[in-house]
Amino acid sequence: MLQIGDIHKSFGNLEVLKGVSLNAGKGDVVSIIGASGSGKSTFLRCINLLEMPTQGSIELDGEALTFKQTRSGNVPADKRQVERFRAQLGMVFQSFNLWQHMNVMQNVIEGPVQVLKLAKAEATERAEALLNRVGLWEKRDQYPAFLSGGQQQRVAIARALAMEPKALLFDEPTSALDPELVSEVLKVIRGLAEEGRTMILVTHEMSFARDVSSHVMYLHQGKVEEEGPPKQVFGKPKSKRCKAFVQSVN
Amino acid sequence: MEWYWLPEYLPKFAEGLWLTIQLLVLAITFGMAMAIPIGLVQVTGPRPLAWLAKGFCISIRGTPLLIQLWLIYYGVGSLFPSIPGIRESMLWPLLRDAFPYAVVAFSLSVAGYEGEVLRGAFRGVPKGELEAARAIGMSPLKVLFRVWLPRALQNVFPTIAGEFILTLKATPLAATITVFEVYGIGTIVRQETYRIYEPLLFVAAIYLCLTGVLVLFFRYLESRMPRRMAGAG
Repeated sequence: MLQIGDIHKSFGNLEVLKGVSLNAGKGDVVSIIGASGSGKSTFLRCINLLEMPTQGSIELDGEALTFKQTRSGNVPADKRQVERFRAQLGMVFQSFNLWQHMNVMQNVIEGPVQVLKLAKAEATERAEALLNRVGLWEKRDQYPAFLSGGQQQRVAIARALAMEPKALLFDEPTSALDPELVSEVLKVIRGLAEEGRTMILVTHEMSFARDVSSHVMYLHQGKVEEEGPPKQVFGKPKSKRCKAFVQSVN
Repeated sequence: MEWYWLPEYLPKFAEGLWLTIQLLVLAITFGMAMAIPIGLVQVTGPRPLAWLAKGFCISIRGTPLLIQLWLIYYGVGSLFPSIPGIRESMLWPLLRDAFPYAVVAFSLSVAGYEGEVLRGAFRGVPKGELEAARAIGMSPLKVLFRVWLPRALQNVFPTIAGEFILTLKATPLAATITVFEVYGIGTIVRQETYRIYEPLLFVAAIYLCLTGVLVLFFRYLESRMPRRMAGAG
């Protein structure tokens, strides 16, 4: 369903991704772990082209993104196609990135109305159900600045879900949260995993990754050093580095 | 103090007031329409356009509005009659009148000042919010008009509102090129009645009222914007 092949990414002379691939079937939950600077966030951001990969392929539901080579490097051949891909890949950021000039409801209906061209009434109905689900229906008229980090992140998840995406991308969704707020967000994400959503999750929450993932990738210096079912990666990793990493954060 | 002349000139002042309001509204409208791209290209590039915009802002902000006004009216304006056939063209009534030149000069001034304000405002919008807009599938234009611009305007609204009021108070300069707005009417009164201070006081009172109305209007607009908590946004 989501096939990412051999992604390379360089910033100037620094190659941060040296050929990373990922294959997620429908309902798979793939967790990407690794130390800071291992390239895991960059890899996730390459999937919806927030970072432009220098090389590699991206395929969603059988449709491949087309690229062309120009003087400034690898660029998408069709910008509309990129926008369509992004609309189908819900993204949740570490720093929430809610639009501060819109209230909670406006944040959640913005994508469906502006991008999917849904009628406002229908989008609102959908948003109300989603806000209910993340437990923030009462906050629908509030502005993001008045919400806690955990609440903002739950709104951000509702905003991503409102697009009815084929897959969800989570970029360290709990790293910017105060410790006591982490669990409310993890609970929502766990619920999504259990209902069979396809998700790619970059995280430092090891025990959470072990619980919810169907597949775990350990990245080291821009390469996949170890991958497999969580039992293997966390239980008996072949790579010494992976073993040390998993033990150090647990 | 002698106010006997006032009833006679009131209709004229009403016309002048209407002209002042038109000049201000048109200058703000056209000026802001130019200020948006002028501010934006300085943040996004391409470089040559950014330099051009920067140069424009520096020139406008670095020279007196009075001189800009005269350069446009007496300078540019005097070139048009030398174009063959222009007196017969549909544009001529517009080119012959001083008001359009005032609108151009004041618009450019607003564009220069607010372009500079918007440059900072565009830069100040958190990158993450723009990324979130792109990630949800918005086209670059959608990102601009749904997130980037409203977010930028919200941050600098009090600054811009203050500058619009400064623009209002600069409009008497238009009288120097024969646009008889409020102050211009005041000079007519002076010439015809030889009263000096009464017309000036009356004109000042009109500007005071206009400023008050504008302040209240901007305050109302601001109250409708989402309030931000300290440190947030």
